Amino acid sequence: MLEKRILVCLDVRDGKTTKGVKFKGNVDVGDPVEMARRYYEEGADELVFYDITASAERRGIMREVVERVAAEIFVPFCVGGGIGSVEDMRAMLLAGAEKVSVNTQAVLNPEIIDQGAKAFGSQCVVLGVDALRDDAMPSGYRVVIHGGRTATQRDLLAWVREAEQRGMGEVVLNSIDADGTRDGYELACTRLVSENVGVPVVASGGAGVSRHLVEVLRDGRADAALIASMVHFGGYTIPQIKADLAAAGIPVRRNIRPADG
Amino acid sequence: MMDVAIVNYEAGNLRSVETALRRLGYEYRIATRPEEVLRADKVLFPGVGDARAVMEVLGRSGVAAALRERHAAGGSILGICVGAQVVLERSEENSASCLGLVPGTARRLPGGDGLKVPHMGWNQVRYREGHWLFAGIPQDTSFYFVHSYYPDPADRSTVLADTEYGVSFASGLERDNLTAVQFHPEKSGEFGLRLLSNYLAH
Repeated sequence: MLEKRILVCLDVRDGKTTKGVKFKGNVDVGDPVEMARRYYEEGADELVFYDITASAERRGIMREVVERVAAEIFVPFCVGGGIGSVEDMRAMLLAGAEKVSVNTQAVLNPEIIDQGAKAFGSQCVVLGVDALRDDAMPSGYRVVIHGGRTATQRDLLAWVREAEQRGMGEVVLNSIDADGTRDGYELACTRLVSENVGVPVVASGGAGVSRHLVEVLRDGRADAALIASMVHFGGYTIPQIKADLAAAGIPVRRNIRPADG
Repeated sequence: MMDVAIVNYEAGNLRSVETALRRLGYEYRIATRPEEVLRADKVLFPGVGDARAVMEVLGRSGVAAALRERHAAGGSILGICVGAQVVLERSEENSASCLGLVPGTARRLPGGDGLKVPHMGWNQVRYREGHWLFAGIPQDTSFYFVHSYYPDPADRSTVLADTEYGVSFASGLERDNLTAVQFHPEKSGEFGLRLLSNYLAH
């Protein structure tokens, strides 16, 4: 049986890992490569790196981080943030990433999804979407960009459906309302998207306790759950979270190392 | 020193297989020419992309013929992902005619009933008990899969491992000195590295 994946997200600025609340006030929490190795050894099923560097040198810095990570961890990982062209995608994939994610740039230039899927295959192209609850929109959610700072005219469901047509292979759905709150994922929003697209849906934003993951993987119908605060400084380890999920009947990967390894 | 070759055919990103071999302490060459495929002690044959496109590149470079010759002579090969599909006779993906090292067809995953295609993520592998490729790996260990087509060998005796995803499919194949896995050992954590290490040490 296909297992539910736990993804650990690391926000990287100037080569260091940070974590913010509702996309503001980021604080440094460590070296991304060291943290990636720790989460890999604990049994993270996948890692996600978001580059939030503002400077012009960002691509070079991130490329080096990605190369170092690729040499250390042997599970898939995705890189997002500042990916605005097929060349940016290629640079990250050649540096060792399995997937690249596009968010704001895809809204501004949707063609990048088609181009990435054609060049590298859909399985490499992840769409990140930031959704804000808004009753004025047909699906009840509005797409926002620039890390939540800019509202768009796009409806969440219409956008993910369009992106799927264009060739996205997976969607990471981040609720701005829930992000960083540790109050739980946006279940209705996750379920809405899960039931309306044919590609895997990763729920993001709001995880604080294991029960939140159980809810979003079961009731929200997500294929995977993304966590950050819970393990960066929330006192949880991945084996603990997976034990809680298994106890709730959610299939997860728990045997991660040969007995003699 | 052992001569380990990774078959290259332009389209595929070999980086993750390379880093896995480096971690295991093996030197390797990226093989693009038939003679490199023929003389290597071990041949890793990863695959990414469209089966038909893969076969076209392999045919043009002469590597397809080299792989057939190597297999017929009893040479060792490990196919990975699309590499486990194009060793069959044909693929439903763009009606590709394939290498024919193992009788059978690569078929499209049926999906439906909440099962998404591609099959992406960690899924359990049940292998033929006692097989050397899985030494030190417990039954039903999870490996990382990303694929839309699956190997459907004609002869059950060539099935090395099974996985369930709507259908029960052959996630591992074996014929003579060829072994192949549909999942990505290079992205399947420490058990994946163990499988690669088992292949190289065999």
